[in-house]
Amino acid sequence: MKTKQLFASLLLMAYGLGTAQADYTLNLMEGVTSISKDVYGLHMLVLWVCVFIGIVVFGAMFYSIYFHRKSRGYQASNFHESTKVEILWTIIPTVILILLAIPATKVMLEMDDVQDSEMTIKVTGWQWKWEYEYLDSGIRFFSSLDEASNKARQLNSGIDPRTVPNYLLNVDKPLVVPINTKIRFLFTAADVIHSWWVPDLGWKKDTIPGFINEAWTSVEKAGTYRGQCTELCGKDHGFMPIVVIAMEKADYAAWVAEQKSAAVEAASAAEKDWTQEDLIAQGEKVYANNCASCHMADGAGIAGTFPAVSNSPVVLGDMNAQVELMLNGKGMMPAFGQMLDPVDFAAVATFIRNGLGNAVGDSIQPAAIKSLQAAIPEVVYDDDDE
Amino acid sequence: MSAVTAEHEHDEHHDHGPEKGLLRWIITTNHKDIGTLYLLFALAMFFVGGAMALVIRAELFEPGMQFVSPQFFNSMTTMHALVMVFGAVMPAFVGFANWQIPLMIGAPDMALPRMNNMSFWMLVGGILLLASTLFMEGGAPASGWTLYPPLVLQTGAALPFAIFAVHMLGISSIMGAINIIATIFNMRAPKMTLMKMPLFVWTWLITAFLLIAIMPVFAGAVTMLLTDRFFDTSFFNAAGGGDPVLYQHIFWFFGHPEVYVMILPTFGVASTIIPVFARKPLFGYSSMVYATAAIAFLSFIVWAHHMFTVGMPIAGELYFMYATMLIAIPTGVKIFNWTATMWQGSMTFETPMLFSIAFVVLFTLGGFTGLMMALAPVDFQYHDTYFIVAHFHYTLVPASIFILMAGGYFWLPKWTGNMYDEKLAKFHFWLSAISVNILFFPQHFLGLAGMPRRIPDYAVQFADWNMVSSIGAFIFGFSQLLFLYIVIKTIKGGTGEKVSDEVWEDAHKHGLEWTLPSPVPYHTFATPPEKIPTEHF
Repeated sequence: MKTKQLFASLLLMAYGLGTAQADYTLNLMEGVTSISKDVYGLHMLVLWVCVFIGIVVFGAMFYSIYFHRKSRGYQASNFHESTKVEILWTIIPTVILILLAIPATKVMLEMDDVQDSEMTIKVTGWQWKWEYEYLDSGIRFFSSLDEASNKARQLNSGIDPRTVPNYLLNVDKPLVVPINTKIRFLFTAADVIHSWWVPDLGWKKDTIPGFINEAWTSVEKAGTYRGQCTELCGKDHGFMPIVVIAMEKADYAAWVAEQKSAAVEAASAAEKDWTQEDLIAQGEKVYANNCASCHMADGAGIAGTFPAVSNSPVVLGDMNAQVELMLNGKGMMPAFGQMLDPVDFAAVATFIRNGLGNAVGDSIQPAAIKSLQAAIPEVVYDDDDE
Repeated sequence: MSAVTAEHEHDEHHDHGPEKGLLRWIITTNHKDIGTLYLLFALAMFFVGGAMALVIRAELFEPGMQFVSPQFFNSMTTMHALVMVFGAVMPAFVGFANWQIPLMIGAPDMALPRMNNMSFWMLVGGILLLASTLFMEGGAPASGWTLYPPLVLQTGAALPFAIFAVHMLGISSIMGAINIIATIFNMRAPKMTLMKMPLFVWTWLITAFLLIAIMPVFAGAVTMLLTDRFFDTSFFNAAGGGDPVLYQHIFWFFGHPEVYVMILPTFGVASTIIPVFARKPLFGYSSMVYATAAIAFLSFIVWAHHMFTVGMPIAGELYFMYATMLIAIPTGVKIFNWTATMWQGSMTFETPMLFSIAFVVLFTLGGFTGLMMALAPVDFQYHDTYFIVAHFHYTLVPASIFILMAGGYFWLPKWTGNMYDEKLAKFHFWLSAISVNILFFPQHFLGLAGMPRRIPDYAVQFADWNMVSSIGAFIFGFSQLLFLYIVIKTIKGGTGEKVSDEVWEDAHKHGLEWTLPSPVPYHTFATPPEKIPTEHF
């Protein structure tokens, strides 16, 4: 089968890759913002400058290789110095560099100018998902790899990635933004350094724990734009994509209203009493999305790196200690207190005590989690980066 | 200098050959033996690091995870880089330095022969320690060779061992560098003034100063990681008042000159080989020396171009962009000089020349992409994608590695007295030159199209070029077994034809080493040579 694919791919190359994958590209994409178009223009400019220099230098070299060879009886000259020529080929590149530096400086200054932005979104990198917080409307959610990709990307999953739509470039909950709006992004991270990159926006920015970075965009065209984390952040670095949906302003307003009413609903779900069965059923899904990448789907963990959940003394012991650990994290274990809502938190806490080979028998209610979460102090960052 | 000379004249009376058996290699203080040890060790590590690269390319052959876990994949990218940089390329050039610097400057040996032995065995110890982390609980370091915190602090039991390995490699490099500087400053033949030294000697002199300047910086950075992890310091921990970006500044203050440590000796070997086969003196000898020094100086003031996206103030971004662009000028001078050296020569194309020409062409391609990514706003797109991977592999594989091959073919007949199989060597060249482009050129496309680096699996639109790249990788990798075969065959007697003293036509005009008998005797230049060749400048 592999040889067949290999053969097919060689054929495709022969006919040009453009026809094989409609969204394939050999070059940088032009993108959908004024900045991304400027960056693309700069890229093409420097590319053509390089091509031109290459033609001159390689042209001279290959002329010489072809004509100035011993087998053609060519007699070697003996020149080995010329101050004039040396000065010339120092000055010409200097001039070219200055001509490149001028437009590059312009674009750089434009990129740096976050003034007059109309809304702000805070992006937090986590191992291995993104947290988006709309500082103006209070909307806040996590965005991680979609389920279909996540299943297919497991070692020897048996699922052909080609059958998964937008394999590794799809998320459960995309970032939604309005078009033609100057949006300021603030970047930080909860654990290690990540980097937030959507090629169509024209830039990437590192998210660094304890520090805030800034960037801005204004999307000109409605559509779905995909990207990935670009700073090595641990084992699942390749599996934390970014999806941005840019909407007309009216659609965006409707989306915001929808999110707000969903938040109210979630809050009331946290108040009601849940049966243990419902909690376990919900917890199983939460475990698959949030815990399985380290503690493994069967709870066995990875010896030496990630402790097992099955038959773990922490899980089999006092529930308060287990909840404490999940809320605040420890070492590589992230603090899920800020990441999961009370229902999901209570559900997964209950699930791991009663599933994955454990059978403690007790459960905890979302309401109890909610009061514990309320006690967690809000993280305040110093905006001393400017 | 006269005192040194007199002493060596005296030594001549009890000249003896090498120890018998294995002990010769363990206790040797002879620069040629130590050079051989360095080169063989580097060759072995080239295959180890290469095998790791093939694990990476096998996993990336197709989308989906087929062979290894993501964690092990990250260990492979990390270890591949560390082994290739510290185990293969750097030691190989030290091997050349050991063999060639005394022969080129007319010295009987390195200035500090016992330290020479020690620096080699420290290197072996350091690399073995590093390799042992592969078998530790939690696996080998998997945070990339840059070892960025906070991620690197999540390494399992391997972390202190990897850090100690870096310390050992650093000490080994510093000792090697001290030895080279001491040799060049004190042991040149009387007429060998600084501006008459072969360019290989010049580039190594400058490289040695770079090494002494940067290795302690790297050692300091990893020691801070050690104390952050084990002694509760917070150098790089924001929660304790530290700064993770500080590590990146320190690392790249080491890391950028480090890449020149791998490329400057490359320039030196190319400048040695091209004039011999063009049958012309090197064009612009003094401008080559000044350009090398200029590149070395610039290498210390451009480090943050590796970190344009960390969120530096605009003034920092612009400064590092301008400073980085400046590197194009001295590098351009070098490429123009090599072209001018070939111009109106009477060229022949033996394997060393073929590899050297391929180096000039393909290194220039790597230089072009380097200029592209010097532009900070465009680097916001290129950064940490396969475009970068393509760039630095072009400046390392068809540059440093090709020149190591060129140097091997160039000097092996001199060292062994046997000629290598030219036909087979040319076949090795063409296989390597073609496959290296199949391997790395498509990675430009992948990076521009949006594929990040250091990922074990990718979206399906990247599938075709990844497959092409992997095919190139396997052809390139297995082609190198041919090099191993040719080297062994040459050492064992080669084609049977004994080479002349100058090996290459009129080579004696270009370097002192070609005035010696072939194979080179165990002890050479017990008395410094009276005359020195003048053709290379």
